[in-house]
Amino acid sequence: MGIMTQFMQWIDDRFPATKVWNEHLAQYYAPKNFNFWYFFGSLALLVLVNQILTGIWLTMNYTPTGEGAYASVEYIMRDVEWGWLLRYMHGVGASAFFVVVYLHMFRALLYGSFRKPRELVWIFGMIIFVLLMAEGFMGYLLPWGNMSYWGAQVIINLFSAVPVVGEDLAVWIRGDFIISGATLNRFFALHVVALPMAILLMVFLHIVALHKVGSNNPDGIDIKKLKDENGIPLDGIPFHPYYTVKDIVGVGVFLLIFCGIIFFSPEMGGYFFEPPNFTPADPLKTPEHIAPVWYFTPYYSILKAVPNQGLGVIAMAASLVVLFFLPWLDRSPVLSIRYKSPIFKVALALFVVCFFILGYLGMLAPNDMRTLVAQICTIYYFAFFLLMPWWSQWGTTKPVPERVTH
Amino acid sequence: MSNEGVDLEKRRFLTLATAGVGAVGAAYVAVPFLGSWNPSEKAKAGGAPVEFNLDKVEVGQMVKVKWRGKPVFVVRRDEKSVNALAGKGEELKDADSAVETQQPTYVDKATRSIRPDIAVIVGICTHLGCVPQHKKETEVSWGGGFFCPCHGSKFDLAGRVFNGSPASTNLVVPPYSYLADNKILIGVDEGEA
Repeated sequence: MGIMTQFMQWIDDRFPATKVWNEHLAQYYAPKNFNFWYFFGSLALLVLVNQILTGIWLTMNYTPTGEGAYASVEYIMRDVEWGWLLRYMHGVGASAFFVVVYLHMFRALLYGSFRKPRELVWIFGMIIFVLLMAEGFMGYLLPWGNMSYWGAQVIINLFSAVPVVGEDLAVWIRGDFIISGATLNRFFALHVVALPMAILLMVFLHIVALHKVGSNNPDGIDIKKLKDENGIPLDGIPFHPYYTVKDIVGVGVFLLIFCGIIFFSPEMGGYFFEPPNFTPADPLKTPEHIAPVWYFTPYYSILKAVPNQGLGVIAMAASLVVLFFLPWLDRSPVLSIRYKSPIFKVALALFVVCFFILGYLGMLAPNDMRTLVAQICTIYYFAFFLLMPWWSQWGTTKPVPERVTH
Repeated sequence: MSNEGVDLEKRRFLTLATAGVGAVGAAYVAVPFLGSWNPSEKAKAGGAPVEFNLDKVEVGQMVKVKWRGKPVFVVRRDEKSVNALAGKGEELKDADSAVETQQPTYVDKATRSIRPDIAVIVGICTHLGCVPQHKKETEVSWGGGFFCPCHGSKFDLAGRVFNGSPASTNLVVPPYSYLADNKILIGVDEGEA
């Protein structure tokens, strides 16, 4: 036995290193027909690593106090060597995170990846999504710019819509009668310690659940039905080296775009870094127009579309909660869009259009026309999900093949 | 130790009792963690009353005063706008200041102030907490007052919300009292100063 084999044997007798490697990579059989939609899971992992790494480095120079926060961010941008790059990687990374996660979720919609037996994969993923929104929201307060300040003010005030205890609840969350250094400090603790740990745990569970049931695929068929004499799925290939190598291509394309934005347009015309945030937080002056960062705007639009504050908050929360139930709402006999009826394709296309319109309107100041359009899109958003148990059964589906197509 | 089998019922009782005691303990341990999120003594001390000299406000002007970290608007209204306040009933959601939490009991229900010419109003929109802008009568078509740039809520010069605004209640009038003809104390009720 070679020295390396002996060493691995020594390890394996004490820790299941080879076993875990095989179960999750070298002998984890994934369908061989993955297309580009399957890049976004591994890309989300890459962005997560980017956020954690750049985040740790940012905390080395950041001051989490009401007095020092804004100045310390300026200090990072101007005086810390490579500080500007670390901050832009982190800020652009936040937007990139939502881009890849939205695409990752859309992939699930396309191919029915949330359907039985992958309900828990979907639910763990939804929990990650909600945690990520909390992480993004709290992180946005930390630069202590005026948009940070007033954005947090508006969102925390949503809680004051809760009957009876609302006002006290908002004070409890802020730790003060207004957003202050106390709020900043606790958001810092949650953003840097609590939420990242929760996200890492949920990502772990997401992958464990996925590897228990196996990946879905663009045909939405079960590859475990047909196996060869060794019990290996006929349409499966080992994740490593096949998909690790394929994912590297995805990483290459992603980094090309990601770096392009970081180096040439890190503020993305005000979409990734909003202009009012380049002035310090001022509790006495609201920016002319408050809009959340782009990844929150569809839900913000739903909030604004409802004319009553309390109901608006409920509608916004419901727009996220309804997604958790997706595995039980879709009753189509087939999983993948490839074999679903044209009704599904039209409904999904309209949903995408509505989602984009809501996102766009969420960035703009409201007027009567925009509110009306937002209301129509909000109704469609909810109708899409809540009526899915019925409409997903309409129309004729195409026959599903035995083996995957590619 | 006896070897005469297991008393399952006793075991279940002990399991439940242990879990129950543990849960009570966990609830008690949660108290300091949750309590530490309440405003600290320092934050509460920030709520001290503020004196303000009314000579700083010209007729028709507004001055922002910081109280508990919040902006408080002090506006000196001219006679014409005070008279106009009475005739707006139809356009307002709560013209008679019926929602008790929005103003102290000792202010006039229509002008929402102790003295008709001086309005003292917390400058935080009751919708989602932005700071409304002061608009003079001459600047806007709806008679002047306060306009919230975030979601378009409109309030008149007494801080009463107009119909069609996303905000559902009037702007808050803080507790305040007169120390002299030209001096108010924000944060202390009339009669307690």
